[in-house]
Amino acid sequence: MRRRTIFRGKLLPYLLLAPQLAITVVFFFYPAGQAVWQSLLIEDPFGLYSEFVWFENYQIVLSNPLYLEAARVTLIFSVAVTLFAMAPALLLALMADQVIRGSSGYRTLLVWPYAIAPAVAAVLWLFIFHPSIGQVGQGLRALGVPWDYRLDGGQALGLVIFVSAWKQVSYNFLFFLAGLQSIPKTIVEAATVDGATPTRRFVQVIFPLLSPTTFFLLVVNIIYSFFDTFGVIHAITQGGPGRATTTLMYRLYRDGWINLDLGGSSAQSVLLMSAVILLTVIQFRFIERRVHY
Amino acid sequence: MTTIGQNRWLPHVILILGVIVFVFPIYLTLIGSTHSAPVIARGDMPLTPGPHIIENYELALFSGVGDRVRGTPATLLLRNSLFMALAIVIGKILISLLSAFAVVFFEFPLRMFLFWMIFITLMLPVEVRMIPTYAVVSNLGMVNTFAGLTIPLIASATATLLFRQFFLTVPDELVDASQIDGAGPMRFFWSVLLPLSRTNIAALFVIMFIYGWNQYLWPLIVTTSRERETIVIGIVKMIGSGESATDWNMLMAIAVLALLPPVLIIVLMQRWFVKGLVEPEK
Repeated sequence: MRRRTIFRGKLLPYLLLAPQLAITVVFFFYPAGQAVWQSLLIEDPFGLYSEFVWFENYQIVLSNPLYLEAARVTLIFSVAVTLFAMAPALLLALMADQVIRGSSGYRTLLVWPYAIAPAVAAVLWLFIFHPSIGQVGQGLRALGVPWDYRLDGGQALGLVIFVSAWKQVSYNFLFFLAGLQSIPKTIVEAATVDGATPTRRFVQVIFPLLSPTTFFLLVVNIIYSFFDTFGVIHAITQGGPGRATTTLMYRLYRDGWINLDLGGSSAQSVLLMSAVILLTVIQFRFIERRVHY
Repeated sequence: MTTIGQNRWLPHVILILGVIVFVFPIYLTLIGSTHSAPVIARGDMPLTPGPHIIENYELALFSGVGDRVRGTPATLLLRNSLFMALAIVIGKILISLLSAFAVVFFEFPLRMFLFWMIFITLMLPVEVRMIPTYAVVSNLGMVNTFAGLTIPLIASATATLLFRQFFLTVPDELVDASQIDGAGPMRFFWSVLLPLSRTNIAALFVIMFIYGWNQYLWPLIVTTSRERETIVIGIVKMIGSGESATDWNMLMAIAVLALLPPVLIIVLMQRWFVKGLVEPEK
């Protein structure tokens, strides 16, 4: 899209773009390029010697059972976080959309977790789920549940999923509510007049009209569960116990930052980048199609 | 019409349940910040406020050192977080306003190519390029500096896209009028475009402030001394491995301090925040 009227200037537009381009090149393109380049090299830990090995790092990474285990954890984690972040948000948005009075009050009470850092959300829930001092943690043990997320991998994964999803519900709620409010009331009323039950109205009228929002949120939530949840995992479980909560992102942090495996972690970076690019491209293609439709 | 009574109550019941799930942890954190460490460590903290509120917040704000935890005073942590968040917000808004202005109101070679260069960074979250970006920052001698902490997070495709979208809706007549009045491009930018963008700037301010304040992985690897830590990093370091006999009273006070600024901003500026967050995607 172009404007009819524009300003003249040969140098000025470049000067205006310069600050952003400079930061983009130095801190985005150069490092991303470095990641791709490093992923094709094998270096000794002291950086004295390096050899170009084509895709050997990728072969090593992808054939490492620990990496595949992290991929499996990520799959379970991402699907669960996305589901538990979106489904309650949709339910709450549907309810808030029906409330005539006080809906903005509910919105205020429901949006604020968006402002909390994932790591701080982790601290809040740690205080509640701690096996010996937390209210819920103690309660579970009093009921005879052997609750200790520090020992039980399944419980640890459940806890980080819960905290990560909890933090993201308010974001999804806002989008679902905006989506619902943009559906013309006449359409829903028409379905009501035709005798559709509330369930039928939802399944056959509201949900299809909401699908662009749902799809957008699906991509955003998957990306959130890949990256932003690092703070939750780092604060509560540090990838453990064992490797029960080691996601691909956590593994990248551990291999690259703690174990200083440059080639392997670069290959992991490139793999994750490709996943994000793929998701973003799918999202934009879908949105474009919707606009033409 | 028999379902009306049920429909009137059900949404409120579900919404109130939802609100409880979202408010309960905050309530417990507030309560935790008013009791003494031994009461919490014994595991019999009551659900009502205790008498130690002033001591706990004093400890958190000015010392950061309890019986079991040696941390950084929260005043320092809060200052670092505030500076980081403000630098990121102001930096992002400034460079994005300028670059969106160039892309929308000028015609020049490579215009679309340069726009795409910015646009594509949307797909590269800081987490995936963490190690090579750290190498760049390290080569520039910016590890553990304020510049190293903020500048790599400033480039923002989101803000540029939002401003571009908004600038495209500015009527041509306004541009014509200011050209007839003899205003140059920068004059137009300052006197016409900037005042028109106030709402968008406010919306981005909220979103980006929260983004900046809540950064985790980047500050974790770039800050190496306690004097540079942000509050989000500081509090996680203080939990350590989450022992029951830690200074939970102080930790809870710090948690309250860590979440208060972004939560206040979002609640007070809700109108702009919702507009900025939800509308560009529609």
